[in-house]
Amino acid sequence: MTPKQKQRFILVSLLVVGLSAGIGLVLMALNENINLFFTPSQVVAGEVPPNQRFRIGGMVTLDSVEKLDGELTVLFKLNDSVKEVQLKYAGILPDLFREGQGIVAEGKLNEEGVFVADQVLAKHDENYMPPEVELALKQSGGDYYNNEATE
Amino acid sequence: MSVKDKIWLWFHRMASPAYFYKLAGQVLPWTIVATTILMLIGLVGGLVFAPADYQQGDGFRIIYVHVPSAWMSMFVYMVMAVNSAIFLIWHIKLSDIVARSSAVIGASFTFLALVTGSIWGKPMWGTWWVWDARLTSELLLLFLYLGYIGLRSAIDDRRVAGKAGSILALVGAINIPIIHYSVVWWNTLHQSASVSKFDNPSIELNMLIPLLCMAIAFKLFYLCILLINSRSELLEQEKRSQWVKELVTSS
Repeated sequence: MTPKQKQRFILVSLLVVGLSAGIGLVLMALNENINLFFTPSQVVAGEVPPNQRFRIGGMVTLDSVEKLDGELTVLFKLNDSVKEVQLKYAGILPDLFREGQGIVAEGKLNEEGVFVADQVLAKHDENYMPPEVELALKQSGGDYYNNEATE
Repeated sequence: MSVKDKIWLWFHRMASPAYFYKLAGQVLPWTIVATTILMLIGLVGGLVFAPADYQQGDGFRIIYVHVPSAWMSMFVYMVMAVNSAIFLIWHIKLSDIVARSSAVIGASFTFLALVTGSIWGKPMWGTWWVWDARLTSELLLLFLYLGYIGLRSAIDDRRVAGKAGSILALVGAINIPIIHYSVVWWNTLHQSASVSKFDNPSIELNMLIPLLCMAIAFKLFYLCILLINSRSELLEQEKRSQWVKELVTSS
């Protein structure tokens, strides 16, 4: 490299390193705002500002889904394997909604500490397999991909 | 001649427009054939032979377009950024041409990734769009591509346009690791990576093979378009040079 090229090389490196550091600091400062949802533990711990709309994400607790008769309203619980929050939702659930499935709901906490959702989104996991494999896994009782329930 | 000298010689020859033009013309037909074959294998394998997913049924098959497009959107940007750095430091014109020819392809792949993702998101998640870190950073990538194209075409002087575009491409390159790690650093609706965990990919082998075929086919497709674009860009940029005159008179 000629001295001129060396100089430009240093300039370009400084540009990339400097900007990465800057953006990195900004992202760290904004960390909380970039997360899409709060976990049930955060909600139970009162980390969510009161009277504010927010999203909550977690796994639908097994055997917690309850449909109210003659209505669309569904009651279910969300957990992050530590804490649990009761949810209430009136509307059509996505196809992938089921117990043990990860979901993200948007809405507000009411006075009784029940999260009243007006939107429920299914969060599917990163595992892809044919149904036969899933069945075999279930029968053997093993967790093939040994996923934790939540992060 | 040592190996190092040989590699340098190869780089210098590649950077020579006349040599690159000729070589690109020779490689192109083979690339087109390979692209077509791999894409057919990938499509038939993915749409017909791969089994349906345990949760998403046949709907998951959009993965065979969505994931390769998303990979390409980032890969093409990295090619652009690396070539921009080379152009800024060594002033190699060919690098600028590669960067410029890549922008439109990259933007198309990004658009395709966003649209197929949206179509996939509606039945599976229950929404077309959500402002989570992965989707937002990918949308930002599309704007970076469009900004790059816009900036370059707003400046008439080729050298100035090249420099300005290169700086923008380098600045935007910071977005690439953010897109990749967005699903790890923050909680998102988008699921985390399935394939890049090489020790234990979370996708069955008979679903994975067509996906990898498609990924390579997309890369080769990019190469085809890149060769065609950069050949015509080269001709235009070098229209006053001796080798182009010879080329025109001889044909």
